[in-house]
Amino acid sequence: MSQKLIELKGVSKSFDGEQVLNNIHLYIRDKEFITLLGPSGCGKTTTLRLIGGFETPDEGEIFFEGRPMTDLPPYKRPVNTVFQRYALFPHLNVFDNIAFALKLRHVPKEEIDEQVHEMLRLVSLRGFGDKNVATLSGGQQQRVAIARALINRPRVLLLDEPLGALDLKLRKDMQNELKNIQRQTGITFVYVTHDQEEALSMSDTIVVMEGGRIQQIGTPTDIYNEPENAFVADFIGESNIIDGVMKEDLKVNFDGRDFVCLDRGFGENEPVDVVIRPEDVDVVEPERGMLRGIATSVTFKGVHWEIIVDINNFKWMIQTTDYVSPGQEIGLYIEPDAIHIMKKSEFSGMFGDYSSFSDELDELSDPDTPQAEAESDDQT
Amino acid sequence: MTRPETVPAPRRKRRGVVQTIAAAPHALWCVLFILAPMAFVVYYAFTDADGAFTIYNINEVFSASYLRILERSILYALVATAICLVLAYPLAYAITKMKARHQPQIIMLLMLPMWINLLIRTYSLKILLETNGVINHALAWVHLGPVHFLNSNFAIILGMVYNYLPYMVLPIYSVLVKIDRRLIEAAQDLGCNSRQVLGRVTFPLSLSGVISGITMVFVPSISTFFISKSLSDGRVKLIGDVIETEISMHNVAAYNIGSALSFVLMVLILVSLFVTNKFGEKDGGVIV
Ligand SMILES: Nc1ncnc2c1ncn2[C@@H]1O[C@H](COP(=O)(O)OP(=O)(O)OP(=O)(O)O)[C@@H](O)[C@H]1O
Ligand SMILES: [Mg+2]
Repeated sequence: MSQKLIELKGVSKSFDGEQVLNNIHLYIRDKEFITLLGPSGCGKTTTLRLIGGFETPDEGEIFFEGRPMTDLPPYKRPVNTVFQRYALFPHLNVFDNIAFALKLRHVPKEEIDEQVHEMLRLVSLRGFGDKNVATLSGGQQQRVAIARALINRPRVLLLDEPLGALDLKLRKDMQNELKNIQRQTGITFVYVTHDQEEALSMSDTIVVMEGGRIQQIGTPTDIYNEPENAFVADFIGESNIIDGVMKEDLKVNFDGRDFVCLDRGFGENEPVDVVIRPEDVDVVEPERGMLRGIATSVTFKGVHWEIIVDINNFKWMIQTTDYVSPGQEIGLYIEPDAIHIMKKSEFSGMFGDYSSFSDELDELSDPDTPQAEAESDDQT
Repeated sequence: MTRPETVPAPRRKRRGVVQTIAAAPHALWCVLFILAPMAFVVYYAFTDADGAFTIYNINEVFSASYLRILERSILYALVATAICLVLAYPLAYAITKMKARHQPQIIMLLMLPMWINLLIRTYSLKILLETNGVINHALAWVHLGPVHFLNSNFAIILGMVYNYLPYMVLPIYSVLVKIDRRLIEAAQDLGCNSRQVLGRVTFPLSLSGVISGITMVFVPSISTFFISKSLSDGRVKLIGDVIETEISMHNVAAYNIGSALSFVLMVLILVSLFVTNKFGEKDGGVIV
């Protein structure tokens, strides 16, 4: 589990003069489920393609079990890929797509039959062998792609948003399915997604990327509870990120008062970003609160209410199970362990304020109004 | 909600009328210049000088002398098609590997000779190949030759390949260039080296181009008369030459024979098209 299987050392890559990956250092341990997580265009696919051998880095080296494999062509790498858009062979049926790698190695026919059927069962596509891949649904194609890559028993499986095309239900099922397959086979999974929930629930390790750089590497709980900067805090879950000053160890000042916290090791009076998760705040009577504010919007979310609270012109998001009516003054009570302190970074001030949030919601809730107008315009 | 439903209805109807009108010249063209001539060919093939029905003409086509010519024509066309395929596939493949902005230029160069009339092209080829032509002069320079290129199988096949090669390159190129790069990457990922990628993915996926290339070279090769006539000084006769002579004899009986030959050739071409297309349908099975 702790052996370094793949290592990227100082890898950079540019396309047409635009830097897409910037000095990536990353190692992948044997048998782990590691996820590259980040917004669209942050370089996830490019990182995967470098590992798969479809791109060569401009700088840096890639190692497999300590041996450089930067110049190894894809077919010599012990790695298989589930591509972002499946890339199934249109001239082969489902069976032959899955059997592709085995036929290449001239595996005896009975063995191929057996293994392909085993794979079809694994991805719940029993009886689909004779089908033309073009007639399959997106989810079925995706599962064929997974089976096709898995049948090779690679040391490492690279998966580029393999569940992107699936509906929520099937996606949850497939998440479990993939996780099981990974445990059963002991294959190292390098998984790409921009869905943070998927990353949190499936991974042993998460690599958060943005702008071609790695922002943080850690276990899901590390990443969630101890984000390193405002980008990570905002991208993983919801966060209120407030400007603060570290008075001394275990004491931080924001919104005009001191709070007890659990963080230490910052400079005296060092400006910091303070992260408080919406679910970690207790809503109390105004007079009992450490902070007070007016609830500006209240939205029912099923399990909880989502409240936007205006505190000194900064909008906080709070999740609570107690109903609060809009316009009501409330108090906030914050335990020391609800406070997480981060060093200032290039992302400071860019995230963590929910002022624009309610406006966005308004636009989302009635998207057809402007369209309907446009339609009637066309007809007159 | 109700309004949009009423809008498309008249539009659809109007488009139907427009389509019919737009298609009319084409339909007329088809009837006048394709269907009618074919009907005439069939009529003359199955009638005698007095216009009475007969299968004498068809029987005549299958007599020994014509049959030999027919066989020879098929053989020449097959060889020319095979050579075109062997030359064109690597060429088309190499072009797809070039920088994207150079590709149209190369294709343009390839098509350039097609702007010159086939007769002129063939005539030029003949001049090059003549016993005191440019090539033999060049050979004399290095103390070789002279070689009698003309009046040989070589000359006729060369003429066919030279004239029809672009018809093979273009359809193959246009299919190859459209193959999704990700499929190639998927094949590499699953363990294919570049030769295996070609055999297991690229070639099977380009089969439709190969088939239309074969058709586009085989059909004109089997029916040509000018290439054989000019490169052999009329000594090698192919089915096209015979049809040409029979039809231009201004003699009704010969006209009927010419039509019967054309009819048999037409059937032959249709059958070969059918067979090639059948072969193309089960493309998955082809592995190099
Ligand atoms: N072959 C290429 N040529 C030019 N630019 C490229 C190429 N491949 C990727 N890029 C650019 O590199 C950047 C990162 O791309 P990449 O595909 O790695 O993003 P991603 O994180 O996978 O995004 P997504 O979630 O949308 O798939 C993008 O700006 C993209 O336009
Ligand atoms: Mg991507």
